[in-house]
Amino acid sequence: MEPGEIHALLGENGAGKSTLMNVLYGLLQPDEGEIVIDGQPRRIDTPAAAIAAGIGMVHQHFMLIDVFTVAENVMLGEEQVRSRALGWLDRRKANAAVKRISERYGLRVDPEAVVEELPVGVQQRVEIIKALRRDADLLILDEPTAVLTPGETEELLGVMRSLAEAGKSIVFITHKLKEVQAIADRVTVIRRGKVVGTTAPDVGEDELASMMVGRAVRLTVDKQPASPGAPVLEISGLRMVDDRGHRVVDGVDLVVRAGEVLGIAGVQGNGQSELVEAIMGLRPALSGSIRLDGQELLGRSTRQVLHGGVAYVPEDRSHDGIVRDFSVAENLVLDVFDQPPYASGLVLRPAEIRKAATQRIAEFDVRTSSADALVATLSGGNQQKVIVARELSRPVKLLVASQPTRGLDVGSMEFIHARVVDERDRGTAVLLVATELDEVFGLADRIAVMYRGRILGIVPPDTPRERVGLLMAGITEESEAPGGAA
Amino acid sequence: MTDGSVVEQPAGPATTEPPESAPHPRRRFASDFAEALTTANAGTVTVLAILLALLLGAAIIVVSDENVLATFQYFFSRPSDAFSAIWDAVGGAYGALFKGSIVDVETFGQALAGEVPWHRAFDPISETLTNAAPLIFTGLAVTLAFRAGMFNIGAEGQAVLGAIAAGLVGFGLHLPVVLHLVVAVVAGAAGGALYGFVPGWLKARTGAHEVITTIMLNYIAAKLLVWLVIQEGVQRPGRQDAISKLVDNTALLPQLAGEVLRVNLGIVLAMVAAIAVAWLLQRSTLGFELRAVGLNPDAARTAGMSVSKTYVMAMMFSGGLAGLGGTAMLLGPAQSLTPAVIGGIGFDGITVALLGRGKPLGTVLAGLLFGALRAGAVRMQGEADIPVDMVSILQALIVIFIAAPALVKAVFRLREQRAAGLQQALAKGW
Repeated sequence: MEPGEIHALLGENGAGKSTLMNVLYGLLQPDEGEIVIDGQPRRIDTPAAAIAAGIGMVHQHFMLIDVFTVAENVMLGEEQVRSRALGWLDRRKANAAVKRISERYGLRVDPEAVVEELPVGVQQRVEIIKALRRDADLLILDEPTAVLTPGETEELLGVMRSLAEAGKSIVFITHKLKEVQAIADRVTVIRRGKVVGTTAPDVGEDELASMMVGRAVRLTVDKQPASPGAPVLEISGLRMVDDRGHRVVDGVDLVVRAGEVLGIAGVQGNGQSELVEAIMGLRPALSGSIRLDGQELLGRSTRQVLHGGVAYVPEDRSHDGIVRDFSVAENLVLDVFDQPPYASGLVLRPAEIRKAATQRIAEFDVRTSSADALVATLSGGNQQKVIVARELSRPVKLLVASQPTRGLDVGSMEFIHARVVDERDRGTAVLLVATELDEVFGLADRIAVMYRGRILGIVPPDTPRERVGLLMAGITEESEAPGGAA
Repeated sequence: MTDGSVVEQPAGPATTEPPESAPHPRRRFASDFAEALTTANAGTVTVLAILLALLLGAAIIVVSDENVLATFQYFFSRPSDAFSAIWDAVGGAYGALFKGSIVDVETFGQALAGEVPWHRAFDPISETLTNAAPLIFTGLAVTLAFRAGMFNIGAEGQAVLGAIAAGLVGFGLHLPVVLHLVVAVVAGAAGGALYGFVPGWLKARTGAHEVITTIMLNYIAAKLLVWLVIQEGVQRPGRQDAISKLVDNTALLPQLAGEVLRVNLGIVLAMVAAIAVAWLLQRSTLGFELRAVGLNPDAARTAGMSVSKTYVMAMMFSGGLAGLGGTAMLLGPAQSLTPAVIGGIGFDGITVALLGRGKPLGTVLAGLLFGALRAGAVRMQGEADIPVDMVSILQALIVIFIAAPALVKAVFRLREQRAAGLQQALAKGW
């Protein structure tokens, strides 16, 4: 690593990127080998030692105290005090310090804002400021864009550039090829714990991808034009409020037909999650109706919806999709464990559960040591395959997939996309929610853009991306140019 | 990759690696065994925690023993006196604890020689089992709720309700032999289950935290019992103090070895309950649902399970088991209701469950250990003049060491287990 360099560390899930960086930050100890900083071999056995050596880390999962202000979070660990004996905190000094750093590197943030009220992108800036406050010369950003909207990602890349100009070195961990090409000075690709190679970032996406995965990959989704049939899912006049009573879904009308993929594009937090939860019977609606093959779904239990022919891939995989401390086999029957052949009456039949699991593991290419391994030991991509395998094992009329490839590596992403297209071709109606435009454009046959709880427009996938991008920001053509040609 | 359990195969067609050959299976076993002993697995930590508690308990015995303290005053002129006094104090205490709970070798020898009747030799074991039965029930109650993701602090109150229900049937109804016992036991389980239903229902309907509600319900149950035993028709005729009528003989748990030993059917029922709980958790659909809800209620809900129904069911089963604990207490050693009839088995059940680490078999072993401590305490007080409260201190120390495994690991310098939770948590960036 050189000063002022942005070095991308590219690799699939489970390739060893995060482990390497955790070693560098003193969270894990190396079995052998050494770390050399400024020509000196250093022993980094705690995060404190890493900070002293000028290394700062921004974790994928933020380490912030939600109810503290930005400045309080930044000074955490080395609090500014007005009087040493009494321990009065000097908030003004802390605020000033935050302001100084944020102005110097273009990290816009209000020092007095409470962290939990800030959007994810701004919280991330707080993390970066925290590292800079401790005079880090080498910043490690662990998958920083995984949680960001396209706009926020752009801003982050800008911040990284200005940091690099100021002489800071940045290790940028990611598996998104576009970002690598946009910003990195050099790229190191890691596969299965070994460095595959270090190159300049302009070698081309396909080549980087094949270095990552170890074989050629298709980055675009192969699919035939859709042949939509009868409407399967009909949503009309749906209105919902969130936990705090804010109106989050405000009069949504949508139709998804058999054999087509309807993609909902939108920046996260515009009501997509709630809409999906309403379909699945996980959240009540104020008014409106949701019909599956003409039958009202509102008011039904999640179980009735699932067994009525809806497959559901939830947005938050580890939170809602799997039971981490259950085995792969148990996770595969989480929805049908009490039905034959997996149970007779009150009695589970482990042999049947295992047999079915072995079949699914083969069919969906789940990489696991056995059906009895805990799901927690699988990589993210394989956990997602377990969920998809479970959901597609029931008879399915409608597949609701929320961010189905978020945080997944290229290989798993490819697999999941292929399965979604497969389902569509079999005549299933697919409702896809995604924040990544690539995914929406790659998979959807029609794209509905959602903004502040409303559908602003439904467009075909050959619409220019800029137009969809504008819709996602709430700008319709009418409001942009009143009376303009449609 | 942080550990060997994450299996990552090449992304291409999966190559099957040749199975690893094990040339020295026997040596492999020995080294595995050594590894198991020196790494921080649950079993090792539990055993060492008990050992540490006994050591610390010994220190407490030493500093509170007058003879030992007397020898300390001339320690430097005759240290051997101090050491032998320490040995006497600690050895006497723990010896009595052992003799009162497992076997008294002297009595055993006398029985062999025909000087005392045989049952005397088995008296300590009988006492241990008698004390263990209710503890196993309440321990299982806490364990079951724990597996469903709830902390049932209310086993005490549920046991009280179980004892009340069993008592009302035991002295209120007069039924034929066998039938009377069955009805009394079923009533006890039902009483506890009903009292467990309340916090379960409150949690499911209103989200009220079960820890708060069960603690409050414990007070209500305790006061209900105090009120009940002095009511006419319940209070024993001719008595002014708080004690109920005696339970009919037909409703008592039969003694397993005749009149001479106290051990009764309760311990058998407790073992059967443990097997039933193990079966319920591992092999039944209800147990599957219960474990899924306990580990991740959100995923359970998303997969179509009814989380609130599961909470209610789990608390009813848990309460039923605690009720059986109270029943075993009443229809076994107590035989009549008094305000102290439960003897704290509900709260001890929490410690038993903690020591048993959420597993039915572990809970049985922990229940037997605490039963032995309770049985031995009496002998220790009589023989070594150590108050029975010493046993409470030992129990508390064991649980503290179990709850703070890092402490045990540090003291014995155990190696960190591979794939420890911490490392997994930090490697989330996969």
